[in-house]
Amino acid sequence: MIALADELIRWDWVFSHGQEIWSRFVQHVELTVIAVGVGLLISFPLAIVAHRHRFLYTPIAWFTGLLYTIPSIALFVILLPITGLSYTTAEIGLVSYTLLILIRNTVVGLSGVPEDVKEAARGMGYTQRELLWRVELPLALPAIMAGIRIAVVSTIGLVTVAALIGRGGLGQFILEGLQTFFNTEILLGAVLSVALALAADAALLGAQRVLTPWSRTGGPRTRPFIPWKKPGFPIG
Amino acid sequence: MISLEGVSKQFRGSRRLAVSNLSLEISEGETVVLVGPSGCGKTTTMRMINRLIEPSAGTILVDGKDVMKQDPVILRRGIGYVIQSIGLLPHRTVAQNIATVPKLADWDDRRIDARVDELMETFGLDPELKDRYPSELSGGQRQRVGVARALAVDPPVMLMDEPFAAVDPIVRARLQDEFLGIQERLRKTIVFVTHDIDEAIKMADRIAILNIGGILEQYAPPEEILRAPANAFVEDFVGAERGLKRLALIKVAEIGVEDGPVVDREASSEEALRVMEKFGYDWATVVDEGRLLGWVDRGSLDGRPSLADVPPRRFSAYVTADSSLREALDAIVTNQTNVAVVAGDGDRYLGILTVERISQEIVSS
Ligand SMILES: Nc1ncnc2c1ncn2[C@@H]1O[C@H](COP(=O)(O)OP(=O)(O)OP(=O)(O)O)[C@@H](O)[C@H]1O
Ligand SMILES: [Mg+2]
Repeated sequence: MIALADELIRWDWVFSHGQEIWSRFVQHVELTVIAVGVGLLISFPLAIVAHRHRFLYTPIAWFTGLLYTIPSIALFVILLPITGLSYTTAEIGLVSYTLLILIRNTVVGLSGVPEDVKEAARGMGYTQRELLWRVELPLALPAIMAGIRIAVVSTIGLVTVAALIGRGGLGQFILEGLQTFFNTEILLGAVLSVALALAADAALLGAQRVLTPWSRTGGPRTRPFIPWKKPGFPIG
Repeated sequence: MISLEGVSKQFRGSRRLAVSNLSLEISEGETVVLVGPSGCGKTTTMRMINRLIEPSAGTILVDGKDVMKQDPVILRRGIGYVIQSIGLLPHRTVAQNIATVPKLADWDDRRIDARVDELMETFGLDPELKDRYPSELSGGQRQRVGVARALAVDPPVMLMDEPFAAVDPIVRARLQDEFLGIQERLRKTIVFVTHDIDEAIKMADRIAILNIGGILEQYAPPEEILRAPANAFVEDFVGAERGLKRLALIKVAEIGVEDGPVVDREASSEEALRVMEKFGYDWATVVDEGRLLGWVDRGSLDGRPSLADVPPRRFSAYVTADSSLREALDAIVTNQTNVAVVAGDGDRYLGILTVERISQEIVSS
């Protein structure tokens, strides 16, 4: 438990650990970017396949949903004998949590493309591929971006859990703080990771506005899919 | 230009035919309107022409070539296509939407820009609208962009599925008139779908009336459909006011004008009276070297030796040779007379048209 006797924050500690704060911050960003990036690489083709062939959607959603429900600690424990205390272990866990969010939102976005727009495009002589890349995907972009935002924010939260296997970015501070009853570290880790999540979300929202100027004035709207599970810090 | 030979369509999972053994011959430059009750297979027929739907039986030729033996993508790029809900691409601006097919056809940018400007001008779209997105346009503007887009690569054939259905009647009438004007110049081969018989009558060179199941009930010019409906279904579908609707299709010049009492403005009153007597009216038209000036009645000649002393009155029931019989009848009825004067180019007097002559035309149908 948090030791109440301490001062809430010791600035001298913070200033003397600038180097460490920076490197863990960078690690946090790296873990997140790689997790969401790899998640996108896997989920994008799966989402397109699921969109084209509806009967595949159920098994894909079922499997990624299953991955999503495995508690993060349990997943790390399962992976430890195979991949050890490594980045790989952390990333496998992080990536598998992004898949459901990214696939669901991409499919929701693609199926929200109005039928008449597709009909007109086909009638004008778009090939199936041109239809996908020039019509369906651009129109699904707001939903896809919404999925990426949710994935990024929840991954930033989950990275802190990876501190348990020593690859936790800012989560490392939280874990150490909890172990040594040192409030400054706990607060530092929590505040910085929340700030990172907020900044990333705002940046992605800005990018979406720039990429989809048409969506500000109307056009198809779909509500993003947000899964029920809120990843929380498992100890404390 | 387009020919359907014994075309049928049965959708998978459906027992009934959506289109049954349909044969239609559509000539080059002709506007054929498919009309019929909802679900009669109009859209299905149209979509088989650009292969968005494949027929279950029969052959469709476009420009002499079997559509089933062509690459559907290439076929479609050569056919303009407008659908009821227009289907503009929401993420593309007006200019980009119009440029869709030229882009697919790899035109260079200069040519595309020039074409977009030209089409926007033709369809009365303010250049200011170029960079707007479809959601920022009015319904009428969207329809115009939809039709302009279909014409972008100047395809010889156009398929239009209820292209003006999504706007109110006033805007629709204006779009119809504009489109007729444009078609007058372009002479495209058009298959036009509507369920509105009045729109069909207005737009068509020939109308194909379809019954449920895509059964062709009659294929004829609008005037003939109104004059001689092939059966009870057509008669019923054409509806009330068949005679009046037909009058709208006949021009005054087509039935010819009648001679009426006419005198030169230099004539004597005595002569004017004689002319009135001859035709059995108590008024006469006054012309100046063939140009229409107005009319005088018997009473106004009293005590005046020459017509030059009598200012002629303006005709209120006035039509031209290009007016329809319906307009002529309207002019006569609203002015509570039974005669309209007919003028040609430059106000040249042609003759008169009586309500009796018009009603004869109705009866003869
Ligand atoms: N993809 C499809 N699958 C199965 N049945 C279809 C399909 N498309 C149309 N039909 C059926 O075929 C028939 C003709 O439909 P179609 O759309 O051609 O009618 P329409 O004359 O255009 O009607 P409307 O005036 O309402 O647009 C209808 O009974 C319709 O339910
Ligand atoms: Mg239809």
